[in-house]
Amino acid sequence: MTARIPDPIAAGLQRGWKVLDASTLAQDRTLEADVVIVGSGAGGGISAEILARSGLSVIVVEEGPLKSSRDFKMREAEAYPQLYQESAARKTADKAINILQGRAVGGSTTVNWTSSFRTPEPTLAWWRRQHGLAFASNDELAPWFVMAERRTGVIDWLVDPNQNNDVLRRGAAKLGIATGAIRRNVQGCWNLGYCGMGCPTNAKQSMLVTTIPAALDNGATLVTRARAERLRLRGQMVDELVCTALDADGVLPSGRQLRLRARHFVVAGGAINTPALLLRSRAPDPSGQLGKRTFLHPTLISAAFYDQRVEGWAGAPQSVYSDHFLDVDPIDGPLGYKLEAPPLHPLLLATTMSGFGEQHAAAMRDFAHMGGMLALLRDGFHAESPGGEVRLRADGGGELDYPLNDFLWDGARRALLSMAEIQFAAGARTVQPAHEKAQRYRSWAEARREIAALPQRAHVTRVASAHVMGGCAMDGDERRGVVDPAGRYRALANVSVHDGSLFPTSLGANPQLTIYALTARLASGLAASLTGRPAAALA
Amino acid sequence: MRTSRRTFLAVGGLAALALGAGGAWYRATHDTEPQRFALDGEARAALHAIAPAILDGALANDPARRERQLGSAIDAVEAAIRGLPPATQEEVQDLFGLLALRPARRLLTGVPTGWESADIAHISAFLQEWRVHRFAMMRSAYGALHDLVLGAWYAQPASWDAIGYPGPPQRLA
Repeated sequence: MTARIPDPIAAGLQRGWKVLDASTLAQDRTLEADVVIVGSGAGGGISAEILARSGLSVIVVEEGPLKSSRDFKMREAEAYPQLYQESAARKTADKAINILQGRAVGGSTTVNWTSSFRTPEPTLAWWRRQHGLAFASNDELAPWFVMAERRTGVIDWLVDPNQNNDVLRRGAAKLGIATGAIRRNVQGCWNLGYCGMGCPTNAKQSMLVTTIPAALDNGATLVTRARAERLRLRGQMVDELVCTALDADGVLPSGRQLRLRARHFVVAGGAINTPALLLRSRAPDPSGQLGKRTFLHPTLISAAFYDQRVEGWAGAPQSVYSDHFLDVDPIDGPLGYKLEAPPLHPLLLATTMSGFGEQHAAAMRDFAHMGGMLALLRDGFHAESPGGEVRLRADGGGELDYPLNDFLWDGARRALLSMAEIQFAAGARTVQPAHEKAQRYRSWAEARREIAALPQRAHVTRVASAHVMGGCAMDGDERRGVVDPAGRYRALANVSVHDGSLFPTSLGANPQLTIYALTARLASGLAASLTGRPAAALA
Repeated sequence: MRTSRRTFLAVGGLAALALGAGGAWYRATHDTEPQRFALDGEARAALHAIAPAILDGALANDPARRERQLGSAIDAVEAAIRGLPPATQEEVQDLFGLLALRPARRLLTGVPTGWESADIAHISAFLQEWRVHRFAMMRSAYGALHDLVLGAWYAQPASWDAIGYPGPPQRLA
């Protein structure tokens, strides 16, 4: 069966793609191009295709490996070390929030759960009003969304939701809470449920199978297993990017270096690595905002146990959502939250479930009957929600300090309550929030009383994130934003930022499609300015 | 449980100091390559004693089978640690260094004698305290042990039967 699934990466390599695995380097190397792009995820991938199609020579450098469908065996033990930042165990400085970010060719788009939302209008309105981003409107962005959706195969998913998502739909309906169907970037999806470990059938239209192959077919060079160490500055210009080659495991430096020289540099390493690279490079920061206002959609988790089988590992991981609790209060009021369902796989679930010993084992024995729900807190719109700050550890690595305050804990408590109520409405026998002091509650009345009284503290309440945003905020006002509305790093003449670190706030929706559309617009502007001709469109 | 609570009150802010000292001591006395993580000696004994408490209810009762399961879980923990970035490996080494250091073990876990003779009840008691401890550092140490041991356990196909997980679709795996 496997042999019959075409492997676009193997085919491309056979066609003569220029791909350099830096772990194989026997000596230091210097490469040159018009544009160097750091990162091959949502921002880097879209930028690479547009710039390469526009006739520019491009080098894309990625810290992770180049893997493809034939490598994706749907096993967590292999997928997390290979495809995620820090083996999927990246954490905030105080270890209170676990952060899932991709680290392989395609970045997080290789391992995300395919949820495709356009930027919510209230968020765009806020960006126009508060951050001087006049272009941030449905009308102006619509053509870019249309282009990105076409390129990444965003479709209405017409297959019935799996039980884990259907619980959210059913429970919410009982309570008169509106839900919607999530659009997905897939073509010919087998509905397996293993998107988080890389798509073994190439159905997910991630950067790995769309823009990166297109860029390589247009002559771009891909360098893998190379960590972008620092930009070498000469005044207000960058003349090269120094990269450390990693060993074959992608953990330790191999001792070799790469120097990538270019006219222009696009930084697209994600909202932790991008500010960290700029900080390591000692990039000028006149606004003082570099690395600040980094947002996470801090995410609360609730487990529920049902009489019927849920089998949360099988089927499209996310297909139902509710924005009901984003609209209860004004956007700059108490934190609102978006509700979704997470896929359930043994390793990720076991580490997320609180407790240990027999209590934990008992919950795991009910795995097949367990459903999971997520609440993503919309951070960044209130003075009490300033986000976190990316800073450098002693070894130069980037780390995010994201303090959790009472304003956030208020949102967390309300979110845990909402999820439990919906789970009971959907017929749950018991509900257990991911919280060290929570029990398996047997009724909504009990859960309401107990959850309201749970102490909300770092580590005691389990908090996760798969959406890192901000830290290189785009703003019309140079005192508030390190990047201008064209995506240019204000204090460096030939550096652009093209990833989620541009966002001046979080979104209140899964970010992949916003990054696609926004960077398609920015990369097109950049291509036009570098070539003097209109940019080529995405395929 | 009560004894170890009193111990914690006495320890107070010393915890952070001890964690750093444990790591420094461990690194100084272990002649491994600086960035190559290895669990050996007292650190391995600590994990060998702690893992059964974390995995209680999941491990087999049959002693021989249980021993084999533990061995492979601990190897899997070690492999998982080696996949972490060097800075994180160092933090984990600090934690195991602390657990390997006799005075710190007594002070922070209340385990009086060596790890080999520590019983599950005693270990469960200190883990219960760590998970909701008033010092964030102790809570995060608990979190590291929790995630490393349970992650390594449930990553193994051998543990899937017990939870009714069929594994990924055979035709593609």
